[in-house]
Amino acid sequence: MLNSIPTDWLFGLGGGLLIGLGGAVYLLGNGRIMGASGIIGGLVDGSGKGNMSERLAFLAGVFLVPVLLYPMFSEVNTHATTNIIVLIAAGLCVGVGTRLANGCTSGHGVCGISRLSLRGMVATVFYIMAGGLTVVLFRHILGVI
Amino acid sequence: MTRILLALIAGGLFGAGLFISGMTDTSKVQGWLDVFGNWDPTLAFVMGGAILPMAIAWVFTKGRTPVVGGDFPAPSDPKLGRNLVLGSVLFGVGWGLAGLCPGPAVASLSYGGWPHWVFFAAMLAGMAIAPMARAQLDSAVPAE
Repeated sequence: MLNSIPTDWLFGLGGGLLIGLGGAVYLLGNGRIMGASGIIGGLVDGSGKGNMSERLAFLAGVFLVPVLLYPMFSEVNTHATTNIIVLIAAGLCVGVGTRLANGCTSGHGVCGISRLSLRGMVATVFYIMAGGLTVVLFRHILGVI
Repeated sequence: MTRILLALIAGGLFGAGLFISGMTDTSKVQGWLDVFGNWDPTLAFVMGGAILPMAIAWVFTKGRTPVVGGDFPAPSDPKLGRNLVLGSVLFGVGWGLAGLCPGPAVASLSYGGWPHWVFFAAMLAGMAIAPMARAQLDSAVPAE
């Protein structure tokens, strides 16, 4: 167990660099902020009508590259809960919340913090605190997740 | 066409990064949030790794224009507001419950199995009703 921890951190750092590189391409190439919730949300609520194909192309990349990478890695397990109520409640919260806040981990977290945006930093503090309290409540107190 | 191709490349890099970093593994995300349990610091490395190239990119935007033309995003709005805080709290609750946020939700659809599709569908539904929720909220308690 102890030996596997640094490897996880290394993969985290390497994967993180790729995520940032993607954001850099989207910003310097297309002049847009790489926010996953904004890109998806604009397709869902119609606010992104003017650049549907750009949004779809981005999401196609996000979806398809893991399809190609999957066979190269053994033991990929996402450990997702199979509690359907939890999944639906979580999805609804993430959907409404990210659109209300105008951003998620990628838009507010990665793209916002990297330009020292106060909104990005405040949003990140609040969603991490809320996420932490949620795990404490639902894992350690209620034992649901 | 360049715009579409660059979007595909950016999305591909994002998807590769999410996959490799382990951020589609809900136990790693919940492990990061679980400060009173078996705390997993991986997410901090992912965030740090992602912020570095992005910070350089932001510096690079000064005095330039995007490759496909047009303008770079306007400077970040310094106003915080209730919706930012309330929305982020709501997002955090969902993030903690399932260990998924919008990017990893898309990246993991092909291999995560049915729970990921249920989460994804509920997230889309949430995004669809969000404008209504925002209007309700603004009429009940007007944002300053």
